[in-house]
Amino acid sequence: MTAIGLAQIAIILFAVIAAAMPLGAYMARVMGGERTALTPALAPVERAFYKLSGVDPTREQNWPSYTMAMLAFSLVGFLSLYGLQRLQGFLPINPQGLSGVPADLAFNTSISFVTNTNWQNYPGETTMSHLTQMLGLTVHNFVSAATGLAMAFALVRGFARNESSTVGNFWVDLTRAALYVLLPLSIVLALAFVALGVPQTLAGSAQATTLEGIDQVIALGPVASQEAIKELGTNGGGFFNANSAHPFENPNALSNALEIWALLVIPFASVFAFGRAVLDPRQGRAIAAAMAIVLIFGALFVYWAEAAGNPLLTDIGVDPSPGNMEGKEVRLGVSSTALFATATTGTSCGAVNAMHDSFTALGGLLPMFNMLMGSIAPGGVGAGLYGFLVLAVIAVFVAGLMVGRTPEYLGKKIETREMKLAMLAVLIYPLTVLGFTAASVMLQTGLASMNNAGPHGLSEVLYAFASANDDNGSAFAGLSGNTIWYNTTLGVAMFVGRFLFVIPVLAMAGSFATKKKAAASVGTFPTHGPLFVGLLLGVIIILYLLQYFPALALGPIVEHLLMAAGRTF
Amino acid sequence: MLSHFRPAIVMMALFTALTGVVYPLAITGVSQLASAERANGSMIERNGVILGSSLIGQNFISDRYFHGRPSATVGYDPSDASKTIDAPYNAANSAGSNLGPTSKKLVDRVNAAIEAEFAAGRIDVVAADAVTTSGSGLDPHISPQFALAQIPAVAKARGLGEDRIRLLVEQHTEGRLMGVIGEPRVNVLMLNIALDALK
Repeated sequence: MTAIGLAQIAIILFAVIAAAMPLGAYMARVMGGERTALTPALAPVERAFYKLSGVDPTREQNWPSYTMAMLAFSLVGFLSLYGLQRLQGFLPINPQGLSGVPADLAFNTSISFVTNTNWQNYPGETTMSHLTQMLGLTVHNFVSAATGLAMAFALVRGFARNESSTVGNFWVDLTRAALYVLLPLSIVLALAFVALGVPQTLAGSAQATTLEGIDQVIALGPVASQEAIKELGTNGGGFFNANSAHPFENPNALSNALEIWALLVIPFASVFAFGRAVLDPRQGRAIAAAMAIVLIFGALFVYWAEAAGNPLLTDIGVDPSPGNMEGKEVRLGVSSTALFATATTGTSCGAVNAMHDSFTALGGLLPMFNMLMGSIAPGGVGAGLYGFLVLAVIAVFVAGLMVGRTPEYLGKKIETREMKLAMLAVLIYPLTVLGFTAASVMLQTGLASMNNAGPHGLSEVLYAFASANDDNGSAFAGLSGNTIWYNTTLGVAMFVGRFLFVIPVLAMAGSFATKKKAAASVGTFPTHGPLFVGLLLGVIIILYLLQYFPALALGPIVEHLLMAAGRTF
Repeated sequence: MLSHFRPAIVMMALFTALTGVVYPLAITGVSQLASAERANGSMIERNGVILGSSLIGQNFISDRYFHGRPSATVGYDPSDASKTIDAPYNAANSAGSNLGPTSKKLVDRVNAAIEAEFAAGRIDVVAADAVTTSGSGLDPHISPQFALAQIPAVAKARGLGEDRIRLLVEQHTEGRLMGVIGEPRVNVLMLNIALDALK
């Protein structure tokens, strides 16, 4: 670890927080239906959307209706994306002449993009036509992120409102999140990426003759426009197979810093927006602080692990001073790669600027644990905020048990129903992660996909299901996921991780909204100070370490010990 | 539930038009007007021939050139399209090795690379980037350490003085942005093009 490496991490994180505060204030106005600086330009588009789709923006929905609208929209998205992939061979804007995507892969990819996961069992440049990338994948990058923000603000309204039967209107939330937040930021960022060297063309590829006279086909495409929303929407699906390690997706250190900034800024801004919406910015700052602590700890941990290099290679004479360079790019280096890996798994982004599969055992453990915790530091667009608020409810409940008072969060009593819903949400993850991982390592078809032997093989499978469940999408990419077994099970895990988590969350939103907001008294446990931040972190660590420690011990932890002992597989 | 399908279908169609057609096409139009060279992939031409992209690495095996990092990309086997073969720096299909830290394949491969570089006289201390594959398999850069180690071998193959080549390497060494962000590096293709231009 070097001072310059630490400074790189500090500068990027500072830029995130500095931008997230004003952006949070803006987002609170957008999601509150208020007028903003962009209203004159965007209001006509917004009104046209409501008019054409027959939505009355003034009519609010109760939680079941809000949920049904979200599910209907997701189903339509799933079916249209599936159809587009299957039929791409017959459709235009396909300069490479790619044929239709097979059924199991199209199923997996459709769920993947509708759930904001962007798990990719395919190499982008050799599988998806430009039409599919634009009409399918880019569109879902926008709408799945906007759907996440909508659901988060439905929960925020549950806390903010007093005896209300409604939680907002899904169509209005979706439209405003996409039009006022995601689209303007994407336009600015996409143009910045082009200025830094990211291609943006409809051409399929360029033909070059290298200095040594060999033909080199260089894949191209509308990369910058997808790159921008890929990070901003915490989607993470790369245009190219190597994702943000590819020099066209991430040409230099500045584009790399900008990508990390973009994937963190909306999740942090959402938390500040939450503070404003409940009329107590301190509440948002406390949650942001807890998230930032997990993020910074993670980045330093990965940096420490990767900077040490791989002892097995040091033994045969490789200079360990640049760190573990297998799977990493020279221009990006170890420190900003460590921050990228932590940020992309601390959010549900899943973009990678290096191959996580080739990280050292402990360097790979942290991103995996980040996802097993549900990617909550600071979490995906929308998903991070609602995921963290569920944990806040559990933390307040634990505090209530300790002092023997009815727990309250933001003036809302937490009772049996809310606790059951919160537990239902957090217990769904281990069921699919551990269940599918166990099944995969017992089946020949599951084992055959591993790229690495020994404990690292188990890590590949565990990482895959953690990533799918959590709707993250990053991978220990050596695992050949494009098989019927993994396409299906990972698809199911992504579906469960998104929808079976968020339905209890929306039910909580409805339940909290109907409650009366109690005024704070001397006996109220304050949820904005360091004590609460500490309690929250304690609850998170205990909850998730207990669930996953045995699995992690068999994968990365035992691999670390064997690596130190010089064992190879 | 059914009443939600009209807005769901119409909204999906509208967002497809806006974010799937208008947005990427508008960005493409503006980019092509404002900076076509970058938007088309930063291609380099010499005497009317496209030599490659300044952002994408190439496979160098000749003694007369500086070598890049090993690459893990593969390509289709021309004799059997259902199989893949090693194809370093295949810019149509980026990929890393995805070998884990305790992989025997990784340790054996690095060992072989070290021996090959020593035999070619291109290494004194083994720079980490000289024997590891990059995440994309297309890394255009090497570390200054690896570039400096290659100077004697290149000078010998070209029959030029080491000092002239060292000067060229120094000119092609890029530093950190504002002294902080990024890592020091040498773009191998740009260095080799400059090498060809030396008289």
